[in-house]
Amino acid sequence: MKKGIAFLTALSLTLTFSVTALAGETSEGVMTHDEYVAAELETEVTVETYVQAKQSWWEDKATVYSQNEDGAYFLYNMACSEEDYEKLVPGTKIKVTGYKAEWSGEVEIIDATFEILEGEEYIAPVTDVTELLGKDELIEHQNEFVAFKGMTVEAAGQDENGNDVAFLYNWDGSGTDGDDLYFNVSLNGETYTFTVESYLCDNTTDVYKAVTELKIGDIIDMEGFLYWYEGVNPHITTVTAAK
Amino acid sequence: MMHMLKKLLCFSCLAACVLSLTGCHGSRKQNTIAIPESFDTSKDYEITFWAKNDTNKTQTDIYKKAISDFQKQYPNITVTLRLYTDYGKIYNDVITNIATNTTPNVCITYPDHIATYLTGEGTVVPLDAFFTDEKYGLGGSEVAFDAPKQSELIPYFLDECSFAGHYYAVPFMRSTEACYVNKTYVEELGYTLPETLTWDFIWEVSEAATAKDANGKFLVNQQEVMIPFIYKSTDNMMIQMLRQKEAGYSTDSGEIQLFNDTTKELLYTIASHVKNGAFSTFKISSYPANFLNAGQCIFAIDSTAGATWMGCDAPLVDISKEALVKFDTEVMTIPQFDPQNPQMISQGPSLCIFGKEDPQEVLASWLFTQYLLTNEVQIAYSRTEGYVPVTKKAQESEEYQDYLSRCGEDNSAYYDVKIKASKLLLDHVNDTFVTPVFNGSASLRDAAGQLIENVTKSVRRKQEINDDYIEKLYNDVASLCHLGESSAAGNGKKELGPLPGASAALLGVLFAVWCVIFLYLAFQTLKKAKKDC
Repeated sequence: MKKGIAFLTALSLTLTFSVTALAGETSEGVMTHDEYVAAELETEVTVETYVQAKQSWWEDKATVYSQNEDGAYFLYNMACSEEDYEKLVPGTKIKVTGYKAEWSGEVEIIDATFEILEGEEYIAPVTDVTELLGKDELIEHQNEFVAFKGMTVEAAGQDENGNDVAFLYNWDGSGTDGDDLYFNVSLNGETYTFTVESYLCDNTTDVYKAVTELKIGDIIDMEGFLYWYEGVNPHITTVTAAK
Repeated sequence: MMHMLKKLLCFSCLAACVLSLTGCHGSRKQNTIAIPESFDTSKDYEITFWAKNDTNKTQTDIYKKAISDFQKQYPNITVTLRLYTDYGKIYNDVITNIATNTTPNVCITYPDHIATYLTGEGTVVPLDAFFTDEKYGLGGSEVAFDAPKQSELIPYFLDECSFAGHYYAVPFMRSTEACYVNKTYVEELGYTLPETLTWDFIWEVSEAATAKDANGKFLVNQQEVMIPFIYKSTDNMMIQMLRQKEAGYSTDSGEIQLFNDTTKELLYTIASHVKNGAFSTFKISSYPANFLNAGQCIFAIDSTAGATWMGCDAPLVDISKEALVKFDTEVMTIPQFDPQNPQMISQGPSLCIFGKEDPQEVLASWLFTQYLLTNEVQIAYSRTEGYVPVTKKAQESEEYQDYLSRCGEDNSAYYDVKIKASKLLLDHVNDTFVTPVFNGSASLRDAAGQLIENVTKSVRRKQEINDDYIEKLYNDVASLCHLGESSAAGNGKKELGPLPGASAALLGVLFAVWCVIFLYLAFQTLKKAKKDC
């Protein structure tokens, strides 16, 4: 009997260990993306994720777009030395602990710290969400690297002479070269405002240049991060003519 | 959209903390630039103007028109405009450019920031002599346009630009904070707005507004979201509360008094209302205007310079049309502890001039600065938001009075909330105050807000707020903002770090010269003594 109990105990421990090891590239206490989504706002969260793009660093705080196989996390003003910021290249695996928060619809992790983990790099594949525009399901892809295809450039506003223009510096045209770019694109009769976030893609980048060269009526494909501000407000990183 | 401000928050906050340390080595050196006898119109001058707008195209258009009109008066001066939407970013860039001697000529600024600029050598030009110069001073005989005289500047606003015994700036526009109230909801909750809002009233109504029905919806708006009271600038919130309580913040010379028992009491009060969901802040939740306009906030405190975003008929709106809720908006002074003695902050952009080697270039900068005080610019810019002009000349003009009288005529140029916000300041100029300016005052301002932000976050995260928490908070915030390290109130000796190489070399040369002089004198004395013998 004792032998039997000992055998069963050993077997169960071995199986438990094996299952954990197989499941397991996440460490103890780390949430899955589903658990993160289910977590209450203002609670502490810990996730393992991969850097996809960096938006800014200022005085030991970094803002980063990150994603793993299950979903994305926007890391706002995460504690980060300048030296570590250099290490946060796309694909880097990091363990992040912070608080889940929401700001104007954007769910993010704030007041976070992180550590760089050993492991394979991961660059998220782009998800085409064109068909989800205007639908409630779109928010399930919040902060992910996404694509929009075959959208038509609409007038974003007017210049000083009253002519329609395809993009604006700042939301109302009050900016200048180097500021955020705002442009409108439509699909199936609905128009959406997309942004080239100047901290993410400054005026030396291809996407910045491409948007300043857009013409009303152009049909374009875009990629970027599915940011939210009082509704969907993607931060676009590439623009090409529609294929 | 307004959300770009969020990404600039880190710059504005941290620049204030860090950049005030940059001048530890330098002593304040006044830039004494002689005013030329006459402006040289035979030479061309290119000056740069770093301007701040509220992400408002009309404002940038006014700047452009002002430059164009000015250049018609002075064809040999070319003004290049660089636009900013955040004071912190200007501050950051100016500091960077002081180091490389590439500062702008004219710059929109806060007096707190000038205090830091002045720690660099010969940076900001004192304007006292420029004000009074007979030919080129304010309204001087040789100024080519109708500029205001010094006596026509509102003394209260002009005084805000005077510190360390000099005028280092001129006011450009002035604003204060206002409480934008959803009057409809206040009355539905069974309350009547008092003539002057008090903190007790706001807290009481805000608590009442947190009541929910059995389905978890808020009774007052039948929505799932309601933050009854949202404050945009928690720096201002703490500063004004302390002032109204006659409690310490700082002395004129820069002694820091923020971390006191009254501050602690205020933080406990704020914490208790955060706990019940009655209060939040812009940094934590988002723009007060967005919640107000969606019927999800009752008391939204923001600058009068943000009035065009406030109210369901606001000309500028950041939320979808479907989310807008109809209600009556009341524009009131910020809540008071003593309604008989209201006190509110005075804020808004000022203009400073940076020193250049060529006095003619500085004079060109000064002429352009004066142009920004003309009625054409003052009235046009003040109409873009709930600003008020800084000159009596503009305020008393027929054109401006006509503008004020047409309050509510439409929801654009004469939007009632905007004009009421301007009138609020015009009626309360004597009730406004500013905080002392010293090197480090920008950091102290940031610390004041950080106390409220941290307490609010902690309560939302179910942390207990007690004396130990407050003590730790005081230490953390003081340390984060480097308080005491940069201000005149720095405790004890400051660690300035190693002497710069150039300074060490200079001291070495001086020492060597003195040695030579001493040896020479000693030699001469010995020689003379020998002769006398």
